[in-house]
Amino acid sequence: MKIIATDRKGAVHTVEGRDGWTVMEMLRDAGLPIAAECGGACACATCHVYVTGGWFEKLSPRSDAEVDMLDMALAVEDNSRLSCQITCAEELDGIEVTIAPE
Amino acid sequence: MALETDVAIIGAGPIGLFAVFELGLLDLKAHLVDILDRPGGQCTELYPEKPIYDIPGLPIVTGQELTDRLLEQVKPFNPTFHFSQMASGLSKLADGRWKLTTDAGTEIIAPVVVIAAGGGSFVPKRPPIAGIEGYEGTSVHYAVRKMDAFRGKNILIAGGGDSALDWTINLAPIASKLTLVHHRDGFRAAQHSVNQMRALAAHGKINFEIASVKALHGNDGQLHAVTLAGADKREWEHACDTFIPFFGLTIKLGPIADFGLNLTENLIGVDTQKFESTTPGIFAIGDINTYAGKLKLILSGFHEAALMSQAAFHICRPNEKLRFQYTTSSSNLQKKLGVA
Repeated sequence: MKIIATDRKGAVHTVEGRDGWTVMEMLRDAGLPIAAECGGACACATCHVYVTGGWFEKLSPRSDAEVDMLDMALAVEDNSRLSCQITCAEELDGIEVTIAPE
Repeated sequence: MALETDVAIIGAGPIGLFAVFELGLLDLKAHLVDILDRPGGQCTELYPEKPIYDIPGLPIVTGQELTDRLLEQVKPFNPTFHFSQMASGLSKLADGRWKLTTDAGTEIIAPVVVIAAGGGSFVPKRPPIAGIEGYEGTSVHYAVRKMDAFRGKNILIAGGGDSALDWTINLAPIASKLTLVHHRDGFRAAQHSVNQMRALAAHGKINFEIASVKALHGNDGQLHAVTLAGADKREWEHACDTFIPFFGLTIKLGPIADFGLNLTENLIGVDTQKFESTTPGIFAIGDINTYAGKLKLILSGFHEAALMSQAAFHICRPNEKLRFQYTTSSSNLQKKLGVA
């Protein structure tokens, strides 16, 4: 699967996603500027992305832990997600995310 | 007056703590500086309750438990902690030792400095609102140090965590007006605080708005109003003179960047024999260092602490011979640990 990621400068990157890995891990390993300070424990809100292009609605809903952690994210919008909580899968091939401001 | 010791450690996370142990076995004393108000670094700040599975010999341990165990382990060596202080300056003295200063004015003089600062300092998250820097310190604050400074102010607090709720409750009686804004009608905070805040709102003591701050308006650092946007994207202006955003902490390298060390992408390059930077006497261990094959694992930091300590001994005790000993068999080490 592929992840279409827009960075903070507006540049679009196509990142290969591995089944079972999180979108955060894929963005981080591709060298995109995502802090992910807690390493994927849903504990820091620094892997915040906006899910666009109609993909937000296709994701399984946020867990309570993610909803709570988003309270510590900046510039939260309706389509905000923590990318450590999105797992790569074939049905998400082409998912579009924009890295939130820091 | 400056404090003198063998080793000044920046960072009281797991690696800084274990360094105290390894240094202690060699009779080297340590002072630790940390910007947080308690030991543990990321382990206690970011994931106190999350299990860690790759600490040798501890199949499962939480960040808090690991910190507690390390504190128990270093207890015989009685390190001195300087919490809630940011290591802000490093200079070399004429006698070859280093002087580490903090933003609280503490000065620590030591032949060896160990940087175990992880990703840097935990600092408040700054909302990405245009021009916010220009209001910081005058109208925009990320913490409440003296409550009296907020007396009579028209305060806007943003956030949905414990800090946002606690300060809404505490500042309400002294503010001329207080408004809390949060992007949803739910909170990541203690339920009794949420209940208290809702009671204050119900009695008209504070206002609570489901909204986000989009823009700041004012001049010369003095805030007059902000633009708020509601859940329905409708925007309106809200008059206020003080804005306190509470979105938790994030990690920034901070003043270490200005210590004159050889940095590569915010990491300190070290050798893998002593984990010393290219500046003699300055060591870097744990997540903050880099070398060929580096893995950012707690267990790697422990190893680095052990090797760093051997090298630190030779700097601190140039005329003494270092004898390698095992804690299992050395009565000398066991005495230091208080078990023999």
